[in-house]
Amino acid sequence: MTMTDSVAPNVETREPILRARNLVKTFGRVVGLDGVSLDLYPGEVLAVIGDNGAGKSTLIKCLTGAEIPDSGELYVSGEQVSFKRPQDARIHGIETVYQNLAVSPALDVASNLFLGRELRKPGLLGSVLRMLDSKGMRTQAREELTRLGISTLQDVTVPVENLSGGQRQAVAVARAAAFGSKVVVLDEPTAALGVRESNQVLQLVRDLRERGLPVILISHNMPHVFDVADRIHIQRLGKCAATITPQSHSMTDAVAIMTGAATA
Amino acid sequence: MTQQKTAGPPSSRKGDLAEEFMDRQTTLGKVRQALHRYPALSPALVLVVSVIVFGLLNERFLRVENLSLITQQVSVVGTIAIAQTLVILTAGIDLSVGAGMILASMVMAQLAVNQGVPGLVALLVGLLTGLATGAINGFLVTKFKLPPFIVTLGTLNVYVALTLLYSHGATVRGSDMPGLLTWTGKTFPIGSVRISTGVIVMIALYLLIAYILGKTAWGRHVYAVGDDKEAARLAGIPVNKVLMSVYLFAGAVLAVCAWLQIGRTNSASPNAGLDLNLDSITAVVIGGTSLFGGRGSVWGTLLGALIVGVFRNGLSLAGLDVLYQTLAVGILIIVAVSVDQWIRKAKS
Repeated sequence: MTMTDSVAPNVETREPILRARNLVKTFGRVVGLDGVSLDLYPGEVLAVIGDNGAGKSTLIKCLTGAEIPDSGELYVSGEQVSFKRPQDARIHGIETVYQNLAVSPALDVASNLFLGRELRKPGLLGSVLRMLDSKGMRTQAREELTRLGISTLQDVTVPVENLSGGQRQAVAVARAAAFGSKVVVLDEPTAALGVRESNQVLQLVRDLRERGLPVILISHNMPHVFDVADRIHIQRLGKCAATITPQSHSMTDAVAIMTGAATA
Repeated sequence: MTQQKTAGPPSSRKGDLAEEFMDRQTTLGKVRQALHRYPALSPALVLVVSVIVFGLLNERFLRVENLSLITQQVSVVGTIAIAQTLVILTAGIDLSVGAGMILASMVMAQLAVNQGVPGLVALLVGLLTGLATGAINGFLVTKFKLPPFIVTLGTLNVYVALTLLYSHGATVRGSDMPGLLTWTGKTFPIGSVRISTGVIVMIALYLLIAYILGKTAWGRHVYAVGDDKEAARLAGIPVNKVLMSVYLFAGAVLAVCAWLQIGRTNSASPNAGLDLNLDSITAVVIGGTSLFGGRGSVWGTLLGALIVGVFRNGLSLAGLDVLYQTLAVGILIIVAVSVDQWIRKAKS
């Protein structure tokens, strides 16, 4: 929490890692995003909250390349970017844990961690025969899980479908943390989890911040948001209603802004 | 079974009793877990048991000549089933593999015999024709977003019609063709066994595809796409590229199979091999590959093709009418899919 104190006062003078300006996204006649701007600064957890249909998911999809905004600009570390597909965001160091987790149930933990960017064996075996370095991937997967303090998942050869909800979430978060060099985005990471598993995921979020990785956290769960977030971006009717901090506003205030009963 | 386990260890407490109901604690559950992890295990068991049973029923069955005959009989369906396995692993299905293969074989034979094109050129054009049938399927599946079942049901009819239009319904005899086209039917002795070059080509293809599916990133992506398309897309896998390459690959495999078919039957007939569309699916299903995609192996398919071959051969040696062979294969399919459903429930 000392982190928050040191970051908060000079937040505005720092250059944001991720900056979005006036994002607009429509689906036919439905306006998903109506000119939304967002800044993410180094070493902070930014929560995005809002009622159903307020545009949280659309905003996140536009930031991570899963949807292409109709207009608006995106900057990563000051450089303007445009994402056409999730891969583009990933190349810029933005990793996302989607609500539906995007894990492949029949594949094992290690294969899932490296899905889409598998390691190949060194030398001719890898370059000519395209042989996968399964052993290397398993070793690195174990290391990454240990580094994140995920102790419940030591057997990386288990198919993901045999894991509990919290363990699957851990796999997805570990994948994002392992490859996300600049930003990790978590969409409703605790929605399907029990109390103990939720706390583990929140701890993972804090650990990511400790390592200097900024996190965008989308959640419905106010206690979780107020527990880990440094700043809170409130979406309402496709627009950003306010950006607050847990210090400046209470949970009741946040809900009031979210529902339109109050303004910041 | 339950009796034994609870009574067995002296330390068994009330808590263990509850765990008995947990799937993986029971012997049956363990079997299910093993089958779930190694999908080729159940067809392997079926093959071993059926070989033993047919061997006991008729002493001629286990003779080397008979076993080598079975491998030759299996080579065509075994090869085309590789193409089918690839497509089914992506949660698709290809009803047109047999039709595409026959079209490719007619192109090879007709070009060489009626147009007088050199054997090598005829072979290459035929292989390209097979590749094209896969490309068309892949294009329709990925660009028009049509279900593979519908696409290949359509192209099945198109390829059958094209074959008949092109060949005017005439069969080309192997003796009229250049030696290269019938090369796959040649046999050579290994010890006392006669092996056909077609069988060697089939085995080589199996080794190649097993390597690609098991040891390369592309193989893993094929499984991931079949398992959960959206998850694969979000994980950064170019889903359409993978699907397109799978159909192209299937086209290439069925093109090679066309060559094997000419060698095996020593002819190219526009009316042959239409059963192969469904027979290839049979081999894949009996081999333990799930029709829902993402699960299975190409070795299972080879075992599935061998099982069908062993049943047909064994039942005919036992003196049963060919209708009983078909009956047995039908029952096998239903049993195999039931077992697959049961295995898929094995989750801890």
